[in-house]
Amino acid sequence: MSAAAAPTPVRKLRVATVSLGGCFGCHMSLLDIDERLFELIEKVEFDRSPLTDIKTVGPCDIGLVEGGLCNAENVEVLRAFRAHCKVLVAVGACAITGGLPALRNHLDVGDILQSVYARVPDDPELPLPLNRVLPIHEVVQIDVALPGCPPPADAFWQLLQDLIAGRAPQHLPGLIRYD
Amino acid sequence: MSAAGRDDFFELDGQRVPLQPGDTILRAAARAGLDIPHLCWHPDVSASASCRLCTVLADDRPVAACVAPAVAGQKVECRTASLDTQRLRLLQMLFVEGNHFCPGCEKSGHCLLQAQAERAGMTDLHFEALNPERPVDASHPDVLFEPNRCILCQLCVRASDEMDGKHVFAIGGHGIATRLLIDSPSGRLGDSALSVDDRAAHICPVGALLPKRVGFAVPIGERPFDTEDTRG
Repeated sequence: MSAAAAPTPVRKLRVATVSLGGCFGCHMSLLDIDERLFELIEKVEFDRSPLTDIKTVGPCDIGLVEGGLCNAENVEVLRAFRAHCKVLVAVGACAITGGLPALRNHLDVGDILQSVYARVPDDPELPLPLNRVLPIHEVVQIDVALPGCPPPADAFWQLLQDLIAGRAPQHLPGLIRYD
Repeated sequence: MSAAGRDDFFELDGQRVPLQPGDTILRAAARAGLDIPHLCWHPDVSASASCRLCTVLADDRPVAACVAPAVAGQKVECRTASLDTQRLRLLQMLFVEGNHFCPGCEKSGHCLLQAQAERAGMTDLHFEALNPERPVDASHPDVLFEPNRCILCQLCVRASDEMDGKHVFAIGGHGIATRLLIDSPSGRLGDSALSVDDRAAHICPVGALLPKRVGFAVPIGERPFDTEDTRG
């Protein structure tokens, strides 16, 4: 094979994903694109993600953020994602609204810890809980939101196809779901 | 009586809609099978124009389609970019003013607020969530009152007044503190005259007033607002 016959390599988009105050259900739904993962991996490479086990986020084209903000570590990770990702996507009900963790928002954090652990845990490895679970758009600018609990696999696929193609994400009827 | 022709119709987004005497724009459109987004309107009770989701431009003037009389020859615009954006913001404000947790709500798939938001293309809240504190009232043996989901549409008020003749509900307070009042000595639903057989117990468009022990009975995919696009 001569070098001239080789197609010009297209730079793969770099994608980071994280679950903050989430249940990883959105990540499971992403994996539900099934055999389309083979097509996807031709066009993207993963940075920080539970799929790669890379612990810190680097410069990325797309950041997918699952889960709301429950504690100080969630806020730090979210800010790192915003700083490194060109397009930041709020994925799922928890990232967009706080979700079911936000059911605790009308309760006192100290009372919750006391009733769950019988004392307020005091360990430097534990991040401090926030008084109120926040949707991520209350802390950083969000470029796209993908609703659903979880968003359907087809919604992930549509979003990634649009972003890979350089299009504005289309929210097709039936792919906007809140449950 | 006018002769058949132009005088018997108005125009909604370019479509001719037949009129009957006393019609509002929304009622005539609904009879013709045309959808004007709405939350607080129901064909069986009087209109209240409280949600304003049905705001349309009638001959360039913004009016609530549920109370504005349909006028022959009038040109009504519903699905303009400006009105669609206004509806989206209105729906987002309704979501942040309450505590709407669709993933865990029995009304999901049966909820008009959810359906209107999905149809409006709402993907985020846009505004800051207010997370109001509203204690649940489960005192009634057969009906749950979940004020976190109440959008103050007054459908239960009108159903109780006009169809049940019981006047169980009213709206009280002002501004952001406006809330649904229950006519009973304790202010709780269990001490009121409401029966699960009342129309008021079933007319709530959201999950604020729910008959007990029927939640999640209908599987995903078969609920009223599920479509062929719905997964499951």
